[in-house]
Order: sequence, then C-alpha cells, then structure tokens
Amino acid sequence: MIEANLPLLVPLTLLIPALLIPLIGLRAPGAAYPLALAAVLASIPLAGFGLFRVIAGGPISYTLGGWEAPIGIEFVLDPLASFLTLLVTVVSCLVLIHARRVASVEHPDKRVPYYSLVLLLLAGFCGILSTGDLFNLYVFLEISSLAGYGLVAIGDKRSPVAAYRYLILGSVGTGFYLLGTGFIYVMSGSLNMADVARILPHILHQPPVLAGLILMVTGIGLKTALFPLHFWLPDAYSSAPSASSALLAPLGTKIGAYVLIRVLFFVFDPAAVEQRLPITSVIAWLSAGGVLYGSLMALAQQELKRMLAYSSVAQIGYIGLGLGMANPLGFTGAVLHILNHALMKAALFLVAGNLRAQLGHSNIAAMDHRLSRQMPWSMAAFVVGALSMIGLPPTAGFFSKWYLVLGGIQGSYWVFVAVILLGGLLNTLYFFRVIERVYLPFRKGLPGHAAANGEPGIVENKEARFSMLAPTLILAAALLVLGLTSSFLVNRVIQPMIPAGLL
Amino acid sequence: MEIEFIAGHNLYWIISLLLLVGLYGMLAKRNLVKKLVGMNIFQTSIILFYIAIASKRNATVPVIDAALGSADPAHYINPLPHTLMLTAIVVSVATTGVGFALLISIFRRYRTLDEETLLKRMR
Repeated sequence: MIEANLPLLVPLTLLIPALLIPLIGLRAPGAAYPLALAAVLASIPLAGFGLFRVIAGGPISYTLGGWEAPIGIEFVLDPLASFLTLLVTVVSCLVLIHARRVASVEHPDKRVPYYSLVLLLLAGFCGILSTGDLFNLYVFLEISSLAGYGLVAIGDKRSPVAAYRYLILGSVGTGFYLLGTGFIYVMSGSLNMADVARILPHILHQPPVLAGLILMVTGIGLKTALFPLHFWLPDAYSSAPSASSALLAPLGTKIGAYVLIRVLFFVFDPAAVEQRLPITSVIAWLSAGGVLYGSLMALAQQELKRMLAYSSVAQIGYIGLGLGMANPLGFTGAVLHILNHALMKAALFLVAGNLRAQLGHSNIAAMDHRLSRQMPWSMAAFVVGALSMIGLPPTAGFFSKWYLVLGGIQGSYWVFVAVILLGGLLNTLYFFRVIERVYLPFRKGLPGHAAANGEPGIVENKEARFSMLAPTLILAAALLVLGLTSSFLVNRVIQPMIPAGLL
Repeated sequence: MEIEFIAGHNLYWIISLLLLVGLYGMLAKRNLVKKLVGMNIFQTSIILFYIAIASKRNATVPVIDAALGSADPAHYINPLPHTLMLTAIVVSVATTGVGFALLISIFRRYRTLDEETLLKRMR
C-alpha cells in the first residue's frame, strides 16, 4: 500500500507542513522548528525505504488521480531519483538541526518564514526528483526557485539585491526550460518523459526538437550555474544567511545537475543527439573552463563563504565534465560527485556557519592559529571537508575524481584528465591557504601577529554548541565512511542508474 | 519561398520579438522595475507561444458540440496548452509578487532602484 504511493509521499510529507507552519506560527512561533524537523525526519525513512525497494524491485510509478501515464501526470522513483531523494532529505535534516541556532542568531525575527521556506524548497526538490512529467518538473522547479529567492533574501543588508538578481536570472532559466518543453511538446505531442523518450528517436532529425533541447539545456544550465552561466551564484550564496546557504549550496545546484541528467540521458538519447549536435562535448568543454575559472576565483577570495561559492562553480564543472564525457565511468563519477559534493559542501558551509555564529565573521585574513585551539572540532571537520574537496584518499572526494579520470582515459579525453588534475592542484592551493593560517604557528614579522607573538597563553574555548557541532561532525565523518564504502555504492546503487543509452 | 516563410509564421515572429524585448529588458535595463517589466514580457511571450501551438484551422473551443460530435479531434483546438499556461500564469504572478517584495525591501534600505546608484551605495 505505502509502497505504491512512495513517489508522491516524500514531496507531500514536506509540502503539507510547509503550508501549515505559517498558520501555526501565527499563534506559536516556537512550534515552527519542531514541526519542520519532524517533517524532514519523517521523510528520511520514506526516502530510504523508497531507495531500498527500487534497488530490490525496480522503479515504482504512481499516476495522479488514476489517469494512466501518457495522459495523466506520472511520478516515478527510479534508482537515480530515489538515491538523490534520500541524499536531499538526509543533508537537509542535518542542516536543519544546525540551522536552529544559526537562524536565531542571524535572523531571529524571521524564523517562522525561514522554516516554511525550507520545507517548500525541499518539497520542490523532491518533486523535481520524482516527477515523470516535463511540465510538472517546471512547476516544481519554480516552487523550489521561489522558495530559494526568499531564503536568500532573509540574509544581511545586501541580500535582497542578490536575491533580486537571482530572481531575474532564475526566471530566464526556467523560462528557457519552459520554452524548450513547448518545442518538444509541439513535435512529440507528449509531456510524459518515458513517452517522449519513446517518440524522440523518430523525430530527432527535425530542427525544432534540437532547438528545444538547446533551450532546455541553456535554461537548466542557468539554474545549475554551469559555467559560463554561473554569475548569479557567488553573490546569492555569500549574501544569503548561513542557514540558507548551507542548504542552497550543496543541494540547489545538484538538483539542476539532476535535471540535466534526466533530460540529456533519459529523455534524449545522448549517442543519437551527438550525431547531429555536439551538445555533450560543448557541456564538457564549458565545464572544463568552469573548473579552472571557479578554482582561480576561489583562490582570490578573502571571505570563506564567497570562496566556497566559487569553489561550487568549479565542482559543478567536475559534474558537467563527467556528464559531458557521456560514458559509463564518467557518468558514475558525476553521480558520485553529486553525492560527495553535496556532503562536503554542506560540511564546509556548516563550518562557515559555526565561525559566523561564534566569531561574528568568516574572513580568511582574520583567521590565525589560535582558531585551531578555540574551535578544534569545527576546524577538524573543515580539514576533512577540504581534503575531500582536494580529492585525497581515503576521503569520498578522491573516488569521484578517480572515476572521472577513468572516464576521461576511457574516452581518451586527455585535456579533461589534465583539467581534473590541475583543478585538484588549485583546490589544494585555496584550501591550504586557510588550513595554513589556522594550524601553523604565526610567521614572524607579519603585521597583525606582533601582539600575540611569543606567548601561546591560554586560549579561550569558542567551540560551537553541540547542536551545531554534531551535524558538522556527522557530515565530516560521512565523508570518510563514504570514501571507504564507495566501491559498494558504485556497484550496488550507481550501477543500476546508468541509462541504457550509455552502455 | 523566403517571403512565404516569413509571412506564414507571422505570429511566431511577433512572439520571438516579444521574447527578445523581454530578455533585453531583463538583462540590459538599469532600472530594477524595468527589469521586472522585461521579465513579464518574457514570460508573456512564452505563454503566447503555448497558446499559439494549440490553435487549429477551422476548429472551435474544446467543449463538445452536438453538431460536431466527439469523433474527430480536428474540430476542436487543443485544450492542454491552455491548462498548462494557467499554471504558468500563476507562477508568473507569484514571481512578480516576490520580485516587487524584494524591490520594496531594496528601496527601503538603499532609497534607489537604479542599478548603478545601487552598486555605489552598496559599497
């Protein structure tokens, strides 16, 4: 009974409380947080059960109102969708536990709308993941986008400006996606993804279909912040309150990457498209540019959240590279990198949130070696996250890059292999810039260090509270655990995801 | 051939023009309200596109007419794009609302809606 309804159950578990919270919050603002947490906690077992059933027994499909698939709207949980649903719910649960304290420090008067928007965002994400209908996907995309604009706007003084820019560009992105969907609909007469995928091979030679694909990919590229369509991202993520950016940065762009995978590999057949339009190659080359650009810009930033935002641009480049290679190993690397990057970005943004809550800033220039003793656990989590970003074994980040490199070798894309390795080197540079400041004793002769010179003294413990520290450490630990279990993950979970067109 | 191609797609030319006008407004205008106006024009052009693809020659509204019967769908225009666009209009209204709310909050903080003045005051 519950199994057949699973595809719709997760989004609804999140959507209904999202609408209840503002009502209940009028009377009891304190109830907003427990309600939001309860909703997310309830969605985790559902998502986990969904993944378990899908891996064991194949995709689960649910048709709204009993209208059968090509006519009615279909919700489908397949391995890719159910896996990412579980990822979204788990990461958001950890971020939400962490956000309680951050939210009450950074925007105490906006807690009720914050929790409501978070649930709306997550409902949109889970809806995107499980819908099997191209237009329905647009609706969920807009739901999550509108919630995202709100989440960015509740931040500091500059945040409405960043949110407004995000809104304008986000609307261009979703508008292009909608227009592309219209092209596909005109030519195929269907909006159901599986149905469209059946029809497309017969009409692929017609220009409007390819134009529709280009429009859709451009639109999704804007939402995913695929280089060179990334320009809204650094402002939006660094102006957003820490509680929001810890949610948007790891998950928001990953959902865009998922839509890209869905359209490029499941609706369209990449091999057939490639004969007429080099779209995967273009994505791969642009992504390679994004890896280098994002890493170089991250190197130039003085503020931790801004550095992490630019680093996101680079990491999305890795995902795009894996997709652009369009071979099973590259695909595996890309999906693994979606998982790993969601976890490591969440861990790093939580550390940035801890710093902001405890020190009141997250400027790299103002950090020094005292920090490693003031906040030892947070900084340890930062190091694990950074090592994973760089891609050192046995952290999770190593394995996704390993598969990406293997994919590059398999397809003889030597330039991309070089870019992945160079990107890793640049990652090392910008993360060690921080780690060096925090862990190595001060260098003599530098201004600003003179006062503290010579005397180690007693360092005040400024470690974040347990409710903030626990999610940070769980995420950091997860990076090590996932690194060690990655072969299991790839064989059992990611292998069934690989679309038939790639094998 | 050339003339026919241009004249035969009148509506689509107008829609493309609207789309470009909207994009220009969103990306090139300095005034933030004009950007929002551009966004609305952009979204309207997409809505018009969907409405345009629903129409058929010599067809009527999609309500079953006793004289025409329900056997041949060619007698009726396609109702699906219209329904889709109802949703898109709602989305567009919601986005405009959020946009105006943001503009009010920007204006309260910086007392301007001109992008360059805003950038100067943000420093």
